[in-house]
Amino acid sequence: MFWALAALVLIAPALVATEFKPWTLFEPDALKSTRRFIADFFPPKIEGEFLLLVLRECWRTVAIATAGMALALLIAIPLTLLSTSVLSVSALTGRMHALPFVFRQGVRGLLILLRSVPELVWALVFVRVVGLGPTAGVLAIALTYGGMLGKVYGEILESDDPNATHALLRNGAGRLQAFFYALLPQSAAELTSYTVYRWECAIRSSAVLGFVGAGGLGQQMDNSMKMFQGAEVATMLIVFMLLVGLADYASAWLRKVLA
Amino acid sequence: MRLSIHGLAARHPSAPASGAGSSPALKPLSLAIESGEQVAVVGPSGAGKTTLLHALACALKPVEGGFELDGVDPWSLPVAQLQKLRGRLFLAPQAPPLPPRQRVITAVLAARLPQQSLAASLRSLFYPTHIAQAEAALARFDLAGKLWERVDRLSGGERQRVGLARALVSAAGLWLVDEPLSSLDPSRAALAIETLTSAARERGVTLVASLHQVEVATRFARVLGMRDGVLQFDLPGAEVGRERLAALYAQHEHELLEPAPGLADSHAEGPRPAAMHCR
Repeated sequence: MFWALAALVLIAPALVATEFKPWTLFEPDALKSTRRFIADFFPPKIEGEFLLLVLRECWRTVAIATAGMALALLIAIPLTLLSTSVLSVSALTGRMHALPFVFRQGVRGLLILLRSVPELVWALVFVRVVGLGPTAGVLAIALTYGGMLGKVYGEILESDDPNATHALLRNGAGRLQAFFYALLPQSAAELTSYTVYRWECAIRSSAVLGFVGAGGLGQQMDNSMKMFQGAEVATMLIVFMLLVGLADYASAWLRKVLA
Repeated sequence: MRLSIHGLAARHPSAPASGAGSSPALKPLSLAIESGEQVAVVGPSGAGKTTLLHALACALKPVEGGFELDGVDPWSLPVAQLQKLRGRLFLAPQAPPLPPRQRVITAVLAARLPQQSLAASLRSLFYPTHIAQAEAALARFDLAGKLWERVDRLSGGERQRVGLARALVSAAGLWLVDEPLSSLDPSRAALAIETLTSAARERGVTLVASLHQVEVATRFARVLGMRDGVLQFDLPGAEVGRERLAALYAQHEHELLEPAPGLADSHAEGPRPAAMHCR
């Protein structure tokens, strides 16, 4: 009872601030336009040429996500190696020296900067710079996801048991040697599992990026919506749901195989 | 490798780096160890054995005093030189530091990393080089058949012997072995210590081993008895005698009688679930 009241007290200002008025959904005017829009959805447009276009855009969405992820890995892996404190030689014997500490914090700050700007904002920026099309989407995903992967990779590496890595460093191995012989085998499963999961997220997000003109299924959906082509929107929504379901399934399977 | 230690004091490896208030686990200690000498360190828990070994491996910065390895003070060297020197020291911690999902061959060959370039060690990760060397090292510890096994399929005792086999593959001139027998049964323990001492003798390597099994330690040519971070005696093994050991282990008699606590369950925890935060 107390918690219900407390929740109400906490949520009420938020509801006021967001002008949350669900009853407007059921006003006669709103209902009429909703009905018109939804009625347009049926039947979904199933036409050879259009389906082919949707499939091609679908493939493009997956391609944007995959290319973006590949670039993101190129950003994330070196930055992770530079920022992780497990591979610090000076930290072996007490506290890390000042210079490497400042450097690692700097790289970490760069990663935070990259990931704190949403991919939608990067996409808007790149649409201005490189024009409409998939390139903007790829770059947007690469930057945000590069930051995200770099940060979480670092957390995964640092949360694991550092003994094996430290033993190699203490016996005179180099940092990269210690990474490949101890740190990577120790956390490889977790790293790949997280990467596959992010790839799945990237597919969903690349569809959304289409709405700001970064190519793929989202862009087509946006066009059809602006033209009030409900039937086309319906088809694309169904295809999109299938795509997300498939990516979900593929990523679950991959993670099970890799674990 | 020749060691000369002057007033060396150090904190325990797991003590906080800036723990200025606590007293160091190893009180100022001075002694010399000749090249090729074999020294056993005995004493009850908390005597400073692990701290001594870590300090000599340059894995711990001394809080006071220092030591010289072949006449060179490691802590006066620049970082890169120090890391190179560490390649000539081999420290085997009590818990064998092996990644669970690695093959035994890779885990053993990891001891060769300081002598290899990065490119060579990456190649060895996929097509192991020096297989014969690794196999010979494992065979001396009665593990010849386990070359291609995965580390997490081994028992605690087998893992500990893989950790020791690393020493035979490394090019170190000083072996610092911490409780090498803690999870081995008596016959394996005898084999392991025999292998370590004879291999060290063949190569002229200096061996410093901390041991819980006093009857094994007293077979060493030189035995250091430590208690509360202070050296109590420094004698040939044959001259140590029961009374001295009894005095060394006073109030810790159970450690003198029972085998040391094993480490069998140190790797028992399974893989943790992956972090799945979205942002």
